Amino acid sequence: MTQSFRKVLQSGAFVVTSEIGPPKGTDVTKMVHHIEILKKKVHALNVTDNQSSVMRYPSLGGAILVKERGGEAILQMTCRDRNRLALQADLLLAYSRGVSNVLCLTGDAVPVGDHKTAKSVFDLDSTQLLRAIRTLETGKDLGGNSLEGKVEFCAGAIVTPEARPLEPQLIKFEKKVECGAEFFQTQAVYDLDKFRSFMDYARKFPVKILAGIVLLTSAKMAKYMTENVPGIFVPQLLITELANAPKGQALQKGIEIAARMIRAIKEEKISDGVHLMAIGREEVVPAILQAAGVQVERPEEKEAET
Amino acid sequence: MIRSITKQKPLEEIMGLLEGRERIFLFGCGTCPTMTHTGGTAEVLAMKGELQARMKVVTGSLVIPVACDNLTEEALQQNLPAIRESQALLIMTCAFGVQTISRFLDIPVIPALDTLFIGKEMGPGLFQEVCLQCGECILGETGGICPVASCHKGLVNGPCGGTNNGKCEVDRNKDCAWTLIYERLQKQGRLAAMRKYQPEKNYQVEPKPGKTLLDLERSGS
Repeated sequence: MTQSFRKVLQSGAFVVTSEIGPPKGTDVTKMVHHIEILKKKVHALNVTDNQSSVMRYPSLGGAILVKERGGEAILQMTCRDRNRLALQADLLLAYSRGVSNVLCLTGDAVPVGDHKTAKSVFDLDSTQLLRAIRTLETGKDLGGNSLEGKVEFCAGAIVTPEARPLEPQLIKFEKKVECGAEFFQTQAVYDLDKFRSFMDYARKFPVKILAGIVLLTSAKMAKYMTENVPGIFVPQLLITELANAPKGQALQKGIEIAARMIRAIKEEKISDGVHLMAIGREEVVPAILQAAGVQVERPEEKEAET
Repeated sequence: MIRSITKQKPLEEIMGLLEGRERIFLFGCGTCPTMTHTGGTAEVLAMKGELQARMKVVTGSLVIPVACDNLTEEALQQNLPAIRESQALLIMTCAFGVQTISRFLDIPVIPALDTLFIGKEMGPGLFQEVCLQCGECILGETGGICPVASCHKGLVNGPCGGTNNGKCEVDRNKDCAWTLIYERLQKQGRLAAMRKYQPEKNYQVEPKPGKTLLDLERSGS
């Protein structure tokens, strides 16, 4: 089974991941289009799992589509909707279909989504899900029963470098490392000085850190995120820059800002890579990467050439 | 003292449940529902007015001191004539009181309240959930604050990413349990407890429905 994303992480290359969101319904045309335009531009593509607690086509279905189209998928798995039986079963299915990268998340709360009266599960939490993966790899399930056939996953998690207060998040980050996380994708960062100081801390751990970059599409959106999304702070300087963009040019300015940040993170080797989230604007990801001067090389392509 | 926290059902729902039943006996409770103003004397009186305004006959009313107590049977006995004349018992107590009353009488019981949680009065008019009776107490490692009951997601290994300045992502008026736990453990110099990995919980300590039978002889009582 291919472990190409783990190879990329270990290669020392500047790692680039991005993400796509499955549709509300069965029409996967748009998602497939995003897979096609992104699969060669990034090392791996996250597929979100009922993001924001909104019911959608499943992340595993999306991840399988990524694999079928020759891309590398990172399956996002939240603990909100499935108990430990369902999570383990989905991991078996994922592995059997070539999906071997998993991002373990707690999951947003049910009341923020579109099925507000649903039962929240949270049978496991993100640290326990990581531990479950490592347990399955030993040939046993969480009930202690033997499995037929092996599984092997490259497992990751998330961390919020600017959470307030920060220390509880760092304690959880360390627990995730102990539970077997190999890589972290961070919540969006915009203040590179603050991110540098987080990396001074995070570098002490044997994990790869990909800086989260969320594409800013307008000053209004940047302000909204700062005021409403936990742990996201867009500096006033960037909000002003977006506000001062000529009419109709805010998105272009957002692309420029994202590219500038990625270039700085890469050139100054601040972190091991970036995770680029262009929520709803996936088609501009190639333009951001081009402007940042980032070109990915995926190991299997290298092998194919030689 | 532990309290059963209740909220009155919408009047339309109550009237729907009473449809076809004209003679109603009303019950309140002198303990938790009195404290939460959902089933004390004043609320029972107000409900009586609402029923009468809708052409129902109120055969009688009774605010039982502690509806969930076994002494309730005696209170019911003393009011039997009026209760027997009723087609329904509208009960303004928590679900525990409703079930207690239903054990002693063969007349349909209609709950007027919804039971929200088992909690504690933290300040005037402020009630908070404190325990989910999970059967695996971890308060010794969380500074006496229960994340199973007080964290929206019941997380046992630390906060989620939705926490913000000590508040919960589902409601800015609710505290993030893990921020409170962190602050308390830090104050006590016990942050190591927070670093300890909590394995997956056993949700079947006492499989539902809960039922235990003590071996009283063996325990020497």
